[in-house]
Amino acid sequence: MDEIRLIDVRKNILSDNENQAEIIRQNLAVKNVFMLNVMASPGAGKTSLIIQTLRSLKEVLRMAVIEGDIESIVDSEKIQKEGFPAVQIRTGGACHLDAPMVTAALANLDLEAFDLVFIENIGNLICPAEFDTGADLQIMILSVPEGDDKVLKYPLMFTVCDVLIVNKMDYLVDSDFNLEALRRRAHELNPRLQIFEVSCKTGSGLGEWSAWLLDKVKTKLFTADFR
Amino acid sequence: MHELAVTKSILKIAVDQAEQNGGTLVLSIYLIIGEMRNLEEDWIQRYFDYISQGTPAENAVIKVRKVPVFFLCKACGRQFTGNLKENKKLLCPHCSSFEYDLVSGRELIVEKVEIK
Repeated sequence: MDEIRLIDVRKNILSDNENQAEIIRQNLAVKNVFMLNVMASPGAGKTSLIIQTLRSLKEVLRMAVIEGDIESIVDSEKIQKEGFPAVQIRTGGACHLDAPMVTAALANLDLEAFDLVFIENIGNLICPAEFDTGADLQIMILSVPEGDDKVLKYPLMFTVCDVLIVNKMDYLVDSDFNLEALRRRAHELNPRLQIFEVSCKTGSGLGEWSAWLLDKVKTKLFTADFR
Repeated sequence: MHELAVTKSILKIAVDQAEQNGGTLVLSIYLIIGEMRNLEEDWIQRYFDYISQGTPAENAVIKVRKVPVFFLCKACGRQFTGNLKENKKLLCPHCSSFEYDLVSGRELIVEKVEIK
């Protein structure tokens, strides 16, 4: 057969990943586990926020962390030092976690033993936004020293997230970070975005964030029709 | 770097389509990519040329149709576009409403595959 033919495909390029992410979500629903995908630039405070959240919810929830890292294992060591199980994914260069990687990491956890699993994604604001990990909630952290213009530079990330955490609020004094401009622009792009202002260093705002998250987790664990 | 993962998926879809439709070669691949996706045609082609070596899609040409960002105004029902990288207030130019939904700009689709 030598004739040239044009085949209509109309297929989502990332559909394999998205199908796998859906399988993860169904599995987590059966096991009654809530999963949170944490995305941010390097140094914005992903590990710090996860550790602070683990500390504030440890009396009420059973938690574990999946740590994504290109090479190192320093973050999972920090989590284990806090007394929580951590599963390390070393991507060996890849700039994001995808659903197959998360599936492999989840296989290392006894899901019956946990209520909440954090995914610490690879540090950047571009690639992780493109790949569904199967998490129930997508959150991003933007730290004050990074500047309020990140919403202009990485709009996709702001549209795929449910929560924006503005971290390092203790740096706001004397900075030219315009919190109102950030809030306005972020809500223009994504009206359902929940915004929390915190400082993992001073602890400000963390109580409000943890209480909100606990409520979300309980909603899933105690109601069948979550989502 | 995520171009590589995306390009692998494109290659798989194209080769699968050729096999399913009795073709032996993939000549071109037509993609629809939203402006919000951080993907550049040149880079996709370069990655593709590399990973497609030895497959039926070797030497295939990637053709990208970019889809602009469009919002649908909830108040007046009309669509409008906006430059997301510019710090200008986003509002409906027809009725000045701030209530709108993003309706295009995040596409990532293999539209057609040309095979032989």
